[in-house]
Amino acid sequence: MLKDITLGQYFPGNTPVHRLDPRTKLILVVVYIVALFSAGGVVSYAVVLAALAAVVVLSKIKLKVIAKSMKPLLFIIVLTGLLNLFYSQGTPLVSFWIFTITREGVFNAVFMILRISMLITGTFMLTYTTSPIALTDGLEKLLNPLKRIRVPVHELAMMMCIALRFIPTLIEETDKIMNAQKARGADFETGSLMQRAKALIPILVPLFISSFRRADELAVAMECRCYHGGDGRTRLKELVYQTMDYVTLIGGVVFLAGVIALGHFGL
Amino acid sequence: MTPILQTRDLTHTYGAGTPFESDAIQQVNLSFERGEFVGIIGHTGSGKSTLIQHLNGLLKPTGGDVLLDGRSIWSDKKFTRETRFRVGLVFQYPEYQLFEETVYQDIAFGPKNMGLKQDEIDQRVRRAASFVGIPEENLEKSPFELSGGQKRRVAIAGVIAMEPDVLILDEPTAGLDPVGREGILANIRAYQAAQNATVIMVSHSMEEIASNVSRLIVMNHGRVAMTGAPREVFTRSKELISMGLDIPQITQVFLRMRDMGLPVDTSVFTVEQALESLLTLRGGKGHA
Ligand SMILES: Nc1ncnc2c1ncn2[C@@H]1O[C@H](COP(=O)(O)OP(=O)(O)OP(=O)(O)O)[C@@H](O)[C@H]1O
Ligand SMILES: [Mg+2]
Repeated sequence: MLKDITLGQYFPGNTPVHRLDPRTKLILVVVYIVALFSAGGVVSYAVVLAALAAVVVLSKIKLKVIAKSMKPLLFIIVLTGLLNLFYSQGTPLVSFWIFTITREGVFNAVFMILRISMLITGTFMLTYTTSPIALTDGLEKLLNPLKRIRVPVHELAMMMCIALRFIPTLIEETDKIMNAQKARGADFETGSLMQRAKALIPILVPLFISSFRRADELAVAMECRCYHGGDGRTRLKELVYQTMDYVTLIGGVVFLAGVIALGHFGL
Repeated sequence: MTPILQTRDLTHTYGAGTPFESDAIQQVNLSFERGEFVGIIGHTGSGKSTLIQHLNGLLKPTGGDVLLDGRSIWSDKKFTRETRFRVGLVFQYPEYQLFEETVYQDIAFGPKNMGLKQDEIDQRVRRAASFVGIPEENLEKSPFELSGGQKRRVAIAGVIAMEPDVLILDEPTAGLDPVGREGILANIRAYQAAQNATVIMVSHSMEEIASNVSRLIVMNHGRVAMTGAPREVFTRSKELISMGLDIPQITQVFLRMRDMGLPVDTSVFTVEQALESLLTLRGGKGHA
């Protein structure tokens, strides 16, 4: 069911990972991604993987949940793996018909699959452990310097916040409408591609209508509470860096430097 | 005769295996006879909507079974699909599921999915429209230019047009004015009488339940807490109140009157019954 999509979902908790400042987590994710792409050998991959594993364990997010959110992306991962497997030049291992599997191909495939999965899992850890509000607050704060060059940072952050907030609502709504149409015998699972595309109309029309209605209502509600953009707006919860954040950030920098160094030596 | 619809130890757990796991309904055993008008009440989150979505096979039970004419609706795929048409389900706020260009086409969506012939579809659409009081000239209008109450009628007609043996409605009158509410209830009764259909209605209005249903099911925390005629159920007012429910206001008045020492019959729940009861009381006193 649609409900099972855990992509971008927040799992409330009170672990060290949950308690970190969202800015710290955002920076760490960037650090992590850079590290992942600088990793060049088995050792550096192992280091990055260990770091990821540590975060997963600390955050107490179940592996089952992570595996579930990977599901929709499984196709892309497998495809990338297969492409790498068959299209890498090098010493042939086996060959049949028009396919040749090379030793490099196997390596590349394994590393690509690992890299994509780690990339996805790493970014998911951010949304799993950070509420959408904290996330946008952090992003707004981090991007604040861009206001000088007239980037509407607050407005962008607000838009992102609203979008994130409404993903679950939208999914729920889609589920409801789908059920209602199924109750009238709509069939989304069988038929040709054309028929299936057509079968989406009874879902999309009501969904769009209710989204517009909701957007309208939200705009009115925000205006009624005197929302007028970011200027002069104060916050209930100011973000403050704690000791833990400084320690983590320093750890992150050391980690990145280490991985880059390892990669440099081809490890 | 076997009941038309039955549940056997029906249990449903949402999000099994996630941090959000919750038992919505547990061990529900119910049976529904042909031609019955059954009401379901229960506090918010007691599992009413979950229960009724099992009855037409929208939700697959995580435990137990649902039987239509004594046969499991999950026994084969074809039968599951047939169940969708034989057990019509009208969702809460059904007006948000309208999508066609005209009212006519929207009502025809269900019958079309059943694979009926064009003239049969046409007949059914017109019959359904007349059941819910949609005038002929509205059939060619866009459903989006109707009022909320009219939209709701169109949505209900969309299910009635499949002419289900069992018609289930989840709070069909929520958010309507008194005239609109009574209108929709009258439509439902008309359909029931004409088709000898079973009607199952979820409602939060005790008055509505009291004056329409012949049997009442009370849900509490995912279980069936009571079932019986409204007369029997509403006399257990203390239990109902402890479940976060209410009894009809007129019954409350009569309970107070009895507490004050008047020898009234406290199993009244409509104004008409109340009037009758008061008249006999006065008549009785007159004799004494
Ligand atoms: N799709 C879902 N996913 C997870 N939990 C759900 C879902 N739908 C309902 N629940 C949970 O199941 C329980 C029963 O919900 P249900 O909607 O059946 O209640 P209800 O009796 O219809 O309430 P109401 O009177 O508010 O309509 C609730 O605790 C609810 O939070
Ligand atoms: Mg409900």
